[in-house]
Amino acid sequence: MGPLIPNGLISGEWNFVIAIFIGMAFGYILEASGFSSSRKLAGVFYGYDFVVLKVFFTSAVVAAIGLYYMDYLNWVDIAQLYVHPTFLWAAIIGGIIMGIGFISGGFCPGTSFTGAAIGKIDAMAFTIGIMIGIFIFAELFDYIEPLFTGSNMGHITLVDTFGISPYWIILAFTIIAVVAFYFSDFIRSKVKKVFY
Amino acid sequence: MKEKKQKNRHVYWNPYFGGFLLGILIILTFYFTGRGLGASGALKSGVVAIVHTVAPEHAENNAYYSKFIKEGESPLNSWLVYEAIGVLIGAFLSGAITGRLKLKVQHSPKITGKRRIIFALAGGTLFGLGAQIARGCTSGAALSGMSVLATGGFITMIAIFGTGYVFAYFFRKNWI
Repeated sequence: MGPLIPNGLISGEWNFVIAIFIGMAFGYILEASGFSSSRKLAGVFYGYDFVVLKVFFTSAVVAAIGLYYMDYLNWVDIAQLYVHPTFLWAAIIGGIIMGIGFISGGFCPGTSFTGAAIGKIDAMAFTIGIMIGIFIFAELFDYIEPLFTGSNMGHITLVDTFGISPYWIILAFTIIAVVAFYFSDFIRSKVKKVFY
Repeated sequence: MKEKKQKNRHVYWNPYFGGFLLGILIILTFYFTGRGLGASGALKSGVVAIVHTVAPEHAENNAYYSKFIKEGESPLNSWLVYEAIGVLIGAFLSGAITGRLKLKVQHSPKITGKRRIIFALAGGTLFGLGAQIARGCTSGAALSGMSVLATGGFITMIAIFGTGYVFAYFFRKNWI
């Protein structure tokens, strides 16, 4: 039963080989979907291109349905999967800073890698910027630490937060995604086209 | 539709197709490794490695860098660094196959390339800072988190995109 490497079904030495192949697939999918173009990404904020919303929500819904179905079939133990911990205020404030970074820089870290890989100089600048940001964070860590380690709610999921079955949550999430897709097409039809 | 295709030089995958494949990839990643995808973590390893090489004492005394420094092992020897190298290879292949490899600054015709670079650098800096505070970026925190229904993943996702919409008006000249 999965996950395979933590349960010793595949030797840990394969971990880095698997990492490169997974990374290659990740990079290929992002680039082929248009995530190497900052003007395409920024479209989600102005209504002229919703590729970010569509790819992002589709993949999260597919992954959530698939993982919980594999758990149901006993192919993977969902309790062993890494759940990103919730530090409430760090998640909110970090997210706000990332949001300003996204709208001003036009990329996020993964997409800037794909842009840099195909020769976008702006994506390379963004990647260097990320490293500067990490450097600033580490140098100011003493001041940021209360925010970083405060409001720790642990490795909680929406199942803990709302206290209802994960299947209902996934159904609701799926419906929200489909409605969002429908509205995004509606908005796009009303907004002036932008060519890039 | 036809006119749009003629004007937009690049033809990309159907977003639902790309999203579906990405979802399958996230499932495989969790199935093999028990964890999700990431991106900014690789650059954190890079920054730790650089600072540790340039100023070893400073890095070891810093409460944040020292978390990632182990005796006799480079911080670059991490899963996310290998994954990020894969991302560069995969994106390069996709760009090569579709003829999108080109050294250029992509920007709106209303702004200069220099302005675009400055904003990209500043945006990257903010993103790097925010991703450390939230313990992950759009890949590691939001996307991988949402896939296992992590509450923090949804909060970070809403915060990133909500803020993007709030500030979109002020940055409109850069994009539209």
